[in-house]
Amino acid sequence: MLDALLLLIWTIIKIVLIIVPLLIAVAYFTLAERKVIGSMQVRVGPNRVGWWGLLQPFADLFKLMTKEVIVPTNSARFLFLIAPVLSLAPAFAAWAVIPFSERLVLADINAGLLYVLAMTSIGVYGVIIAGWASNSKYAFLGAMRSAAQIVAYEIAMGFALIGVLMVSGSLNLGDIVRAQSGGMFHWFFFPLLPLAIVYFISGVAETNRAPFDVAEGESEIVAGFHVDYSGMGFAVFFLAEYANMIMISALMTIMFLGGWLSPIDGFGDGFHWFLIKTAISMFLFLWFRATFPRYRYDQIMRLGWKIFIPVTIVWIAVVGVAIFYGIPPWFDGIRQAV
Amino acid sequence: MPEIRNYTLNFGPQHPAAHGVLRLVLEMDGEVIERADPHIGLLHRGTEKLAESKPYNQSIGYMDRLDYVSMMCNEHGYVLAIEKLLGVEVPERAQYIRVMFDEITRILNHLMWIGAHALDVGAMSMFLYAFREREDLMDCYEAVSGARLHATYYRPGGVARDLPDHMPQYQESKWRSQAAADKANGNRQGSLLDFIEDFASRFPKYVDEYETLLTDNRIWKQRTVGIGVVTPERALQLGFTGAMLRGSGIEWDLRKKQPYEVYDRMQFDIPVGTNGDCYDRYLVRIEEMRQSNNIIKQCAEWLRANPGNVLTEDHKIAPPRRETMKGDMEALIHHFKLFTEGFCLPAGEAYAAVEHPKGEFGCYLVSDGANKPYRLKVRAPGFAHLAGLNEMSSGHMLSDVVAIIGTQDIVFGEIDR
Repeated sequence: MLDALLLLIWTIIKIVLIIVPLLIAVAYFTLAERKVIGSMQVRVGPNRVGWWGLLQPFADLFKLMTKEVIVPTNSARFLFLIAPVLSLAPAFAAWAVIPFSERLVLADINAGLLYVLAMTSIGVYGVIIAGWASNSKYAFLGAMRSAAQIVAYEIAMGFALIGVLMVSGSLNLGDIVRAQSGGMFHWFFFPLLPLAIVYFISGVAETNRAPFDVAEGESEIVAGFHVDYSGMGFAVFFLAEYANMIMISALMTIMFLGGWLSPIDGFGDGFHWFLIKTAISMFLFLWFRATFPRYRYDQIMRLGWKIFIPVTIVWIAVVGVAIFYGIPPWFDGIRQAV
Repeated sequence: MPEIRNYTLNFGPQHPAAHGVLRLVLEMDGEVIERADPHIGLLHRGTEKLAESKPYNQSIGYMDRLDYVSMMCNEHGYVLAIEKLLGVEVPERAQYIRVMFDEITRILNHLMWIGAHALDVGAMSMFLYAFREREDLMDCYEAVSGARLHATYYRPGGVARDLPDHMPQYQESKWRSQAAADKANGNRQGSLLDFIEDFASRFPKYVDEYETLLTDNRIWKQRTVGIGVVTPERALQLGFTGAMLRGSGIEWDLRKKQPYEVYDRMQFDIPVGTNGDCYDRYLVRIEEMRQSNNIIKQCAEWLRANPGNVLTEDHKIAPPRRETMKGDMEALIHHFKLFTEGFCLPAGEAYAAVEHPKGEFGCYLVSDGANKPYRLKVRAPGFAHLAGLNEMSSGHMLSDVVAIIGTQDIVFGEIDR
């Protein structure tokens, strides 16, 4: 009994140790976004609240917290209120299996990859329910777009991860990273280059970020699925979006960029490498947003179904053949090991 | 079985892509537009009626506020109509200044257009790049007229005053250090002409930058090629002018076809499109910016070499100099009469049109011989373009409507008037 209680308390402490830094990361990611995009757009970004704008995220948070949460009269009240939670909870829950370094992981489960896939997919229900429950035409359009988009990109993403599964021989995220040890040329980024690119772009689409942000499509459907949300409801959607972006970057790091491993074999592996690589992926999200125009909804579908899915299938076949014949430098010995 | 009905979406007037106060009632089949019904009038200020109650020279400022992103071109149309009725001679230097500022205005307008259009399509950086260059051109407006937007610089018989010899300078303040102010003043040491020439030499590089971001961008092309196609015949029938007409392949430009001021002495080309889609209109406007830049250079060169008068010496129409007014009885009377009664136009009617950045902007004046117009009708290019919106957008998707509104370069100040 006491043991179980201790375990529970210890787990809760560990969860807090993950969630709190994550929340801070999300807060400062919003600031980083505004600063990075600002400097790309020849302006300075926020610099009034705190030194160099460092308190801006908190100013935003307090503003949103003190705003009234408006529930539209014609909305489905219960669904309307639960939708932000549905989108935030999976975004945080997925972090349970992320290995930050060799030993730093909350739940070292063997089906980690499947768990992550499941969690990131559940997030879309928040978006769809929000769009439906708002009972607004703009929000409804956003939800419809989002639903179609997620289905298309989930498949491409899943196929991309099958490639990772094939070369690593494991669903455990820690083992996937360990399978990449031996210097930066053993990272799966190189043997699985097309899959890595498909995965990352699908990740951008999955998080509804530019150039795939049709679900909120600022200039078309105003704010899409969260057009009727205000105050904290709105803030929670944002929190989920940014947590998901960090999540996708972390997964990119783990599956294709060697997680906590140093680029030079055995030279200072550790959490800092995980952070650096994740930050680079996160920067790409911002860079995309400042550069690209937005796709049209049907063009996103076309890209997903007609380009990404065939590319992944072809590359899975290529990898399969390479593993079967043990083609060096990357694919030798996998068949024997498994 | 339930009846299947189209989905009606109220697009605007409070909408980020509505370019002000456009209200579109969209009938949609899913995401596909069946019918787009523009509702206008939310920015109606009664400019034409207001002009009937004021002496001619007091309505120039209203013209700025029609199309509020190409201010001086509006003034130009109005002032030309008055001059046509009056038969007054405009000094050559004033004509060059007008041409130069028409082209500055064209660049101003096209920068605003490309910024807003790209922002609507989702490329938000363009908007801020365009505003960086607009800032310099606004400073030119400010240097000649004191106002950055609503200049009221053109007058019947010329322009309000000659180009200044100094540019306004940035000063040190709480927010701007001395070093930053000095840096910002770097190209403001000489006259306005120096500043304009400096800008004209930098500007082509900026246009190249815009083109690297957009012209060959796959997403940009996917979003604009084949969208909102207008055939040359329909473009003529709908009364399209400006880039909307040239994008469809019809070479029509009032600056070449009915040259006014000194456009016949300028070297420039008229770009035309082939397919009449959003992408062609984009290319046409980009090229127009480059051509305008050339015209500005030619004007600046001429203006540098030829000093002279910029306002007619006929003091029944243009006020005398302030020094003369202080010492000369007749000048004082002229001054008093002009600023109270204004001037009277001979009875008759006149239509004068200019190649406004958006198309043909014309003013039709009917005078009964009084000091106020009997009727003023403004021909705004955007009105005809907006009327074509339904035709251009039906069968396209919701996102394309946004691109089409962007490509039409609509400003509600001139449509609602």
